[in-house]
Amino acid sequence: MTIYLFYFLSFLALLSALMVVVSKNPVHSVLYLIITFFAIAGHYVLLNAQFLAAVHVIVYAGAIMVLFLYVIMMMNFNKESEPSKTAFSQILATVAGGILLVTLTGALRVSDIEIPAGSTEAGSGLVGALGKVLFSKFLLPFEISSLLFLAAMTGVILLGKKNSNNI
Amino acid sequence: MQTLHNIPIHLYLILSSVLFAIGVFGVLLRRNAIIIFMCIELMLNAVNLLLVAFAAFLGDTQGQVFVFFIMAVAAAEVAVGLALLTMIYRNTGSVDIETLNKLKN
Repeated sequence: MTIYLFYFLSFLALLSALMVVVSKNPVHSVLYLIITFFAIAGHYVLLNAQFLAAVHVIVYAGAIMVLFLYVIMMMNFNKESEPSKTAFSQILATVAGGILLVTLTGALRVSDIEIPAGSTEAGSGLVGALGKVLFSKFLLPFEISSLLFLAAMTGVILLGKKNSNNI
Repeated sequence: MQTLHNIPIHLYLILSSVLFAIGVFGVLLRRNAIIIFMCIELMLNAVNLLLVAFAAFLGDTQGQVFVFFIMAVAAAEVAVGLALLTMIYRNTGSVDIETLNKLKN
């Protein structure tokens, strides 16, 4: 039963990821990317990481994609103004992506990863278990990430100011 | 939880590889800088999915904490990147990456 759910979610994620790349309209790309993120959140639920799935939906589908949509809305794209590469470059891009895919899957296929499955206990993906690890072992990186956000916020305000046009 | 033991880890490895390759393919194929950003998000998500899969299979919560930090860095990266793109758009009138070659000569 779960394997069919896995295949369905994988198919949805891969199809919409491909549509992100090939669709001409940037707004359609954003909407397909949201579908991909929901499929990946479904994978997280299958992998017993429920809290991470919720955070993924909130952060990616809720915050980041809204930011993308705002920027696209302000820039007023349409299908005609969408630049595209030459046919030769597109063929080269396809070949390069295909070679990367073949290399990755080939390397993973010959590597025999033996993982003793069955060691997860229920509730290890909930907020209690994660918070214990986050606030004990990863306390310093957690605080440093707040510094990262402060720096990002300051940088965004500095870049977004009206009179910063002397690049 | 015995839900995940029906699914072998190899399927997650293949799924993440294909998602990552689609992201690289998009970066190489497109000229719109915003779409390139989205493809970078796609690659980050492929790696996140693999981290969660290994965390679940190894029974280790620390992998999920790593995914948290990757999400935090991705959010900061998107904010700064989109601010840069809006500034580029304000100064040059497009986000086509082929027009950004002023440092070439």
